[in-house]
Amino acid sequence: MIAALAVALGGAAGAVLRFLVDRLISSRQKRPFPAATVVINITGSFVLGLVSGLGMVLGPEWTLALGTGLCGGYTTFSTAMVDAVRLARERRRGAMVTVVLGTVLWSLLAAAGGMSLGSSWVS
Amino acid sequence: MRDAGLVAVGGALGSLGRWGVSHVLPTDALWHWPTLAVNAVGAFLLGLLLEFLTHPGEESRRAHTARLLLGTGLLGGFTTYSAFAEEMWEQVNAGASAAALGYAVITLVLGLLAAAAGLAAGSALRRRGVAAADDAAVPDPAVPDSARQETAFREPESHDGAAHVSEQDRSGHDDAVAP
Repeated sequence: MIAALAVALGGAAGAVLRFLVDRLISSRQKRPFPAATVVINITGSFVLGLVSGLGMVLGPEWTLALGTGLCGGYTTFSTAMVDAVRLARERRRGAMVTVVLGTVLWSLLAAAGGMSLGSSWVS
Repeated sequence: MRDAGLVAVGGALGSLGRWGVSHVLPTDALWHWPTLAVNAVGAFLLGLLLEFLTHPGEESRRAHTARLLLGTGLLGGFTTYSAFAEEMWEQVNAGASAAALGYAVITLVLGLLAAAAGLAAGSALRRRGVAAADDAAVPDPAVPDSARQETAFREPESHDGAAHVSEQDRSGHDDAVAP
């Protein structure tokens, strides 16, 4: 029960945070480009890595709230894919490839960096 | 404030759904069915929802609510990029780089196909809705199918009309609710 509450509260906070970051970044853009989603997914992957690295210190409930809830709710795969397909439809194939490959590579590196930073704090 | 509340409720439900799926589908150190499943299903549904709600001109209040609650909140919270990234890194860490590459390629290809299929399904549904509305407005059995489709595609006119109606509906409704 506490576990479900942790996921729900974390997920709500993460989704609202994504909504605010998306607004902040998108309002400063002139040309439509899914920069906000890219930033959100890379930063969220870093934080999830950090949370997992700190798992021993945080304990199971906080790991669920911050990892599964907050980071899971903050990052979004569905928006990233819909954004990419829309770029392809607008014949901006180069932008689409850059966004899809750039996000996956940088998210992987961010998760790796977060995890090693988190585990180095623990030990 | 209302917008953030809609996103919060949707995000909580979506995250709970994702967490629930992680208990139902099998997962092991090298392959992550739950994340793959929520991401593919969520990409399809978000494409369908957003395309279905697409409307020339200003977004109606109803579409706005649906987009924030179901799209940004529910489906955004249901799908996850961070877990995908972390799982890839765990695979790399475990010395299974080939599995990580396979996981990445399958997730991205499936996600893009799902989103494209969702967008196509959403626009087909939307067109059918517009055609049905036109049929209801002009119930003339003498009009051949091809001509009827033509009216369905003349979007600006019919959509403008619909927007005005919903605008009036909305103000009337608001008055009724106000104390």
